[in-house]
Amino acid sequence: MENESSAHGLDFEAPIVELENRISELRSFSESSEIDLSGQLEELEKKCEEKKRAIYSHLNPWQRVQIARHPGRPRTTDYIHGFVSDFLELHGDGTYRDDPAIITGLGRIRGRKVMIVGHRKGKTNQEKVACFFGMPHPEGYRKAIKKMRLAEKFGIPIISFINTAGAFPGIEAEERGQAFVIAKNLQAMASLKVPVVAVVIGEGGSGGAIGIGVADRILMLENSYYSVISPEGCSAILWKDTSHAPRAAEILKLTSSDLSNFQIVDEVIEEPIGGAHRDPMSTIRAVEEAILRHLDEVSDLDPEDRKLKRFHKYMAIGRYADQQQQVVEDQG
Amino acid sequence: MSDEVREPRSSRRRDVPSGLWLRCPGCSKMIYKNLMVERGNVCPECSYHFPITSEERIQLLCDPDTFVEHLKELAPADPLGFIAKRSYRERLDETQSKTGLRDACVVGRAEIGQVPVVIGVSDSRFLMGSMGSVVGEKIARSIELAREESRPFIFVSGSGGGARMDEGMFSLMQMAKTAAAVQRLHEVGGLFVSILTNPTMGGAMASFAALGDVIIAEPKALIGFAGPNVIKQTIKTELPEGFQSSEFNLEHGFLDLVVDRQEMRGTLIRMLAYFCQEA
Repeated sequence: MENESSAHGLDFEAPIVELENRISELRSFSESSEIDLSGQLEELEKKCEEKKRAIYSHLNPWQRVQIARHPGRPRTTDYIHGFVSDFLELHGDGTYRDDPAIITGLGRIRGRKVMIVGHRKGKTNQEKVACFFGMPHPEGYRKAIKKMRLAEKFGIPIISFINTAGAFPGIEAEERGQAFVIAKNLQAMASLKVPVVAVVIGEGGSGGAIGIGVADRILMLENSYYSVISPEGCSAILWKDTSHAPRAAEILKLTSSDLSNFQIVDEVIEEPIGGAHRDPMSTIRAVEEAILRHLDEVSDLDPEDRKLKRFHKYMAIGRYADQQQQVVEDQG
Repeated sequence: MSDEVREPRSSRRRDVPSGLWLRCPGCSKMIYKNLMVERGNVCPECSYHFPITSEERIQLLCDPDTFVEHLKELAPADPLGFIAKRSYRERLDETQSKTGLRDACVVGRAEIGQVPVVIGVSDSRFLMGSMGSVVGEKIARSIELAREESRPFIFVSGSGGGARMDEGMFSLMQMAKTAAAVQRLHEVGGLFVSILTNPTMGGAMASFAALGDVIIAEPKALIGFAGPNVIKQTIKTELPEGFQSSEFNLEHGFLDLVVDRQEMRGTLIRMLAYFCQEA
């Protein structure tokens, strides 16, 4: 994963990558030549840490979008390997086809049974193409809800990993009812009697993301994004080409801190300095810890209460002016 | 999920020339305006359905003088402080004064064939009927009203905009909110009839609009998830004739009925009789 990450260095990370490369060169030289360079190494490492801190404490929204898309960033399958034991993948939507862009299966997190549902972008080129780069077709959404219903039947909580640029926009996807399956998932997830915890781990691309994202708790990794439209799509609408995506990323208010301020997201999970792609293991541990904590909190509720709370959670999202209320407030 | 990109086309379509004749966007023929209006704003040559206002739609579907508007006081805010070339606030103000609407949908109690219902209608004149916080709130709360008062819920969708970009994630979350409200109505055995008009796309189509117990569309409406241009750019192929039309969706099994505008009220009355009356 680390090799991949440095191979896909982001522009704004160039000074960090340069220092990292010098450190690794120096280290291998010191090892092969048996010359003690620990003093210089320590100094370089300190410098690198400072650089990371400086760059990563002032990220703009577009930089975060780029980090969210970084190929070295941990994916759904990395979290499964990282903390889900005894993972038993279950395939298929029972209707048309097994969509690899959604992965589903049973597993245990520190002994607790869970049903995992998540977007899968694929790692190898072959996988990426098969997964349409993590953009599901209708059968992917049907597969997800089929496994969620199964989990519900046996009282198993659901963990959803969100990481998609969006539901696939194509002829077949429309022929098989992309809009209809996403809508059905939203409705079905609102009805689930078991706890649901969703984590946005990378890209939260619009309808394709929320299609597996209706949950009791919505968590977001610090450098992930969640948006009604991609920055490129927004740029194309407003400025007729995609080159203004950085500006679009700003005005869409799609970062974890924006969405936490809007109270749309329940918790932002901090990433290591330098981003999740620089330290996948500690990111994975932080996500595990957050999932378990939220799962514990929502597991104590009575199933009907939990469902009602979920409904009210979504009912409370929205900002508008209520002219009658304003009048009342003015008088008070 | 776009509205701005479609606005010019829609305003062109809406600016019906004040003369006696006009060119139909469906068949490109010159048609006699009075005849078109007489047929519920439907082209007498090709039955292209011209967009109509929420007021006209309510008149067309409800028993005379039975509609009482609900939640009229809700008005849009600008939660993101959204400013691109023009600010959202500016576009809202302009659209509000042009249309006299506060936002893109109207909801209320009414009777259809003497059956008390809750009905909502989106209005495509207002930012392409797109769904932001107000539209989502009105839909969810009127579904709740239908549940509490045991009335059927009828919603006429028309949204090329889908989820309204200018309200960002607040708009996307309205999809989950409206779908959750439909589920609550469903659990008490309430009826939801979803009527789709040209166009119903994106976040509107991928939430409440797709969740009717019965889904009816007007002919030749554009219905789908991704906009045709987005699909074309993604797959780099031309789209087949009639792709994402009402008829296409009927053929693929997603609609119960395609019904002409002039027949819609009669169809609703027959349907309500089956679901809401004893005999």
